Amino acid sequence: MSMQIAKTLDLKGLSCPLPIVKTAQGIKEVDSGELVEALATDPGSVADFNAWCKSTGHELVEQGEESGVYRFVIRKK
Amino acid sequence: MGAEGATLEVPAREREEHPGHRKLVIIASSGELEDVWAQMIMATSGAAMGMDTTIFFTFWGLFSLVKNDKHLTGDNWMQKMVAALDRPGTEHLKLAKMNFVGAGPAMMKKLAREHNVASPGELRQMAVDLGVKLVPCQMTMDLLGLKREDMIDGVGEPAGAAAMLMEAQDAVTFFI
Repeated sequence: MSMQIAKTLDLKGLSCPLPIVKTAQGIKEVDSGELVEALATDPGSVADFNAWCKSTGHELVEQGEESGVYRFVIRKK
Repeated sequence: MGAEGATLEVPAREREEHPGHRKLVIIASSGELEDVWAQMIMATSGAAMGMDTTIFFTFWGLFSLVKNDKHLTGDNWMQKMVAALDRPGTEHLKLAKMNFVGAGPAMMKKLAREHNVASPGELRQMAVDLGVKLVPCQMTMDLLGLKREDMIDGVGEPAGAAAMLMEAQDAVTFFI
């Protein structure tokens, strides 16, 4: 399974609902099965990305936090 | 991301079936800044989540669909009075609390800019881009003397309560 990131979304500094809205728009630009990396600083994005993936069916492959930046790796459905 | 400990691996798994509601209907009845913000945040989030999203704008809620450069005029003294007391458009929304003759909203908008919170007008444009249906209430339009051309591009056909109730039958609904 390739872990190559097809697209990175820099969502740092953005507040709710922009991280999710911009991810929903950005994921349209990659193909099914490809990975999108999202970087956010909104602490609410942890719950939001988990809910968003559950609702849309995209797979949250990886999530983590370092120095206040939350990183999510999502595989497009 | 460097540190191994900071990364939490989410095991690959079949997505659990989550049928839930796939539609969202928001009845936007308030034209106050904080409420319009909530309307637009819920709508853009719903559309981003893949929900078929509709906002039905009624009473003061309709003001956020009106072009910012539009002043209400009115055909009779009552409409003229509404026109004199309030100005429609997302740039002219007031706060229900701490309005302070416009100082409150100005402060709130400044805070929002500093925190990268999108304005109601920006969120409304995103809602249109995401395919959110913006439906004005025909009765309120008649009551306030508003016409289709007074409203922003992207506003759908006016409708009534029955059409919205039909739309809401299999939807999550919010009244804001």
